[in-house]
Amino acid sequence: MLISLDHITKSYTGDVEDVVAVADVSVSVDSGEFVAVVGPSGCGKTTLLLVAGGLLSPDSGKVTIDGTDPYSLSGEQRARFRAERIGFVFQQFHLVPYLNVLDNVLAPALVTGDPTAGERADELVRRFGLGDRVGHRPGQLSTGERQRVALARALLNEPRVILADEPTGNLDGENSDGVLKALQAFADEGGAVLLVTHDPDAVAFAGRKVVLAAGQLAESVG
Amino acid sequence: MKISRLVIQEIAHRFLNFVLAVVGVSIAVACLVASVTMIDAGEIQSKQLVVQRQKEVEDAGKKLNDEMRKITKGLGFNIVVLSEDEDIAAFHAEGTPTRTMPQEYVTRLANSPIVVINHLLPIVTKKIEWAEEKQTIVLTGTRGEVPQAHRDPKKPLLDLVPKGQVVLGFRLHEPRQLKPGSKIVINGQELEVAKCHAERGTVDDVTAWVNLEQAQQMLGMQNLVNAILALECNCATADRLAEIRGEIAKVLPGTQVLERGRKALARAEARNKAKKTAEASLVAAEESGQQMINSRKAQANVLVPLAVVGSFAWIVLLAVGNARQRRNEIGILRAIGLGSRDVLVLFLGKALLVGLAGGGIGYAAGYLIGTGFSGSIGQSLFDVGWLLIALLLAPALSAAATWLPALVAASQDPAVILQEQ
Repeated sequence: MLISLDHITKSYTGDVEDVVAVADVSVSVDSGEFVAVVGPSGCGKTTLLLVAGGLLSPDSGKVTIDGTDPYSLSGEQRARFRAERIGFVFQQFHLVPYLNVLDNVLAPALVTGDPTAGERADELVRRFGLGDRVGHRPGQLSTGERQRVALARALLNEPRVILADEPTGNLDGENSDGVLKALQAFADEGGAVLLVTHDPDAVAFAGRKVVLAAGQLAESVG
Repeated sequence: MKISRLVIQEIAHRFLNFVLAVVGVSIAVACLVASVTMIDAGEIQSKQLVVQRQKEVEDAGKKLNDEMRKITKGLGFNIVVLSEDEDIAAFHAEGTPTRTMPQEYVTRLANSPIVVINHLLPIVTKKIEWAEEKQTIVLTGTRGEVPQAHRDPKKPLLDLVPKGQVVLGFRLHEPRQLKPGSKIVINGQELEVAKCHAERGTVDDVTAWVNLEQAQQMLGMQNLVNAILALECNCATADRLAEIRGEIAKVLPGTQVLERGRKALARAEARNKAKKTAEASLVAAEESGQQMINSRKAQANVLVPLAVVGSFAWIVLLAVGNARQRRNEIGILRAIGLGSRDVLVLFLGKALLVGLAGGGIGYAAGYLIGTGFSGSIGQSLFDVGWLLIALLLAPALSAAATWLPALVAASQDPAVILQEQ
């Protein structure tokens, strides 16, 4: 399994009492799989995604990404692990506002220092139809273009896993379709995709659906 | 892709923030450099003024010395020591002393530690009838100056008249067409003319100077003198004369002291006053210069720390605002793999650039302000040492001010930031 989340529990400290965001949830995604995590708002989907991404340490349970428990690494090692193995795509795109398209795509290379990153960035920019927008900053791009930049950035370091949090939330049908197809292609090439979504079209793309409710695994379909 | 590119791009994107920070640093550096420049200029100007005043003092001193030399060479000595029995009214009426003193008084005076008088000259002088020429003359015997003990030897103001020779006043040599080398006889003494003085318009015109011992023999006054001429260290005033009288009375209790040559002394007094004025002006210039420098240092001691603290606070404020603005950016950069150290570098790298720019601009501005306020001093005040200090201290100040906000930014949890979206 490329992504293995075993009995993950995560709670947050509240003003009155602790809030359990995820309670004993186990999800696994193998190479070539495209898994969608669905559920109502506040059910713990994003929390689960961040735990999987090595960004949020669980209270209990084990996380394994491409055979490594990221939480067994030091902070700096975990950061590098994320850069090399995991690609992130978010609903809000989270592009660096003062970097142009090419530099945004190249941002993960800050960590790896890979000298071939430039070539890959060029290829990704062309692949996602951003060749004539290379010098533009995010403020000069459409929402669809920004999400494609975020996708290209997520793929720069040739990760094994992509974690996507509502990647089509701000997109129209055509752009959503494009993003989902790109994620499918990544999975088809041997990667693992864990997608958090409300979008039924996105769920349709996934090969398997995991339903969360009130922080717990309600259903696993597919 | 390098962190430095991120730093430069962010500066270009938020250029106003960068400029405001540079301005803050520049002001602090400018205050420091302007203060240092003005203090340096003040010191140079003060030295220049002191040198100028010193020259004025020297010039005044030279003029005073010249004046004193003219007084003594042209018009004689300004102090005369007489026997305490001398009737001053008779002295003035006769023009020559009538009482005598032992010659050893001269030696006693010369060997004393008195410093208020210079150039001791013992004389014996008397009005006589020049038998051969049927003319009343003043015969004066002089042995030249008596060297004073405990003093550096001074150039004598009067030359010794050798035995067998005579120096003649104008009314003695001119009617007789005498010149140096001429032979004359005065009351049986054969003498060779050594020198002929020009007209002076005083009793000197009818005076014949001979060797002291020879005069003592001719006048029957062996081992006696009737006056000791002397010159004061400073020009005579009424107060000074009392002091001189007191000093001489300690050494020669049986004498009295008269002052001479007031007309010439008035001129010498004027020179002396000029010298004292120049000296006072020199002291005033030194004090004024020092006051000006102290004032500038005092101002700098207040202004510079205030400017540095103000600049520090300003940079902290800007850094906090910048960190807030970049919260999302930091979140995603941390998510995609940047470590907290890299985030620190992002902020501190920018702070160093702010410091370098602020240091350079601040030095230039401070130098221009400092030289502008100081006026022309005839030399460059540029100091490469202070430029280097500015270029080192300013980045350090900027980095120190940015440190805590950068640390807070770097410590942010990316998960928290991303979940806020």
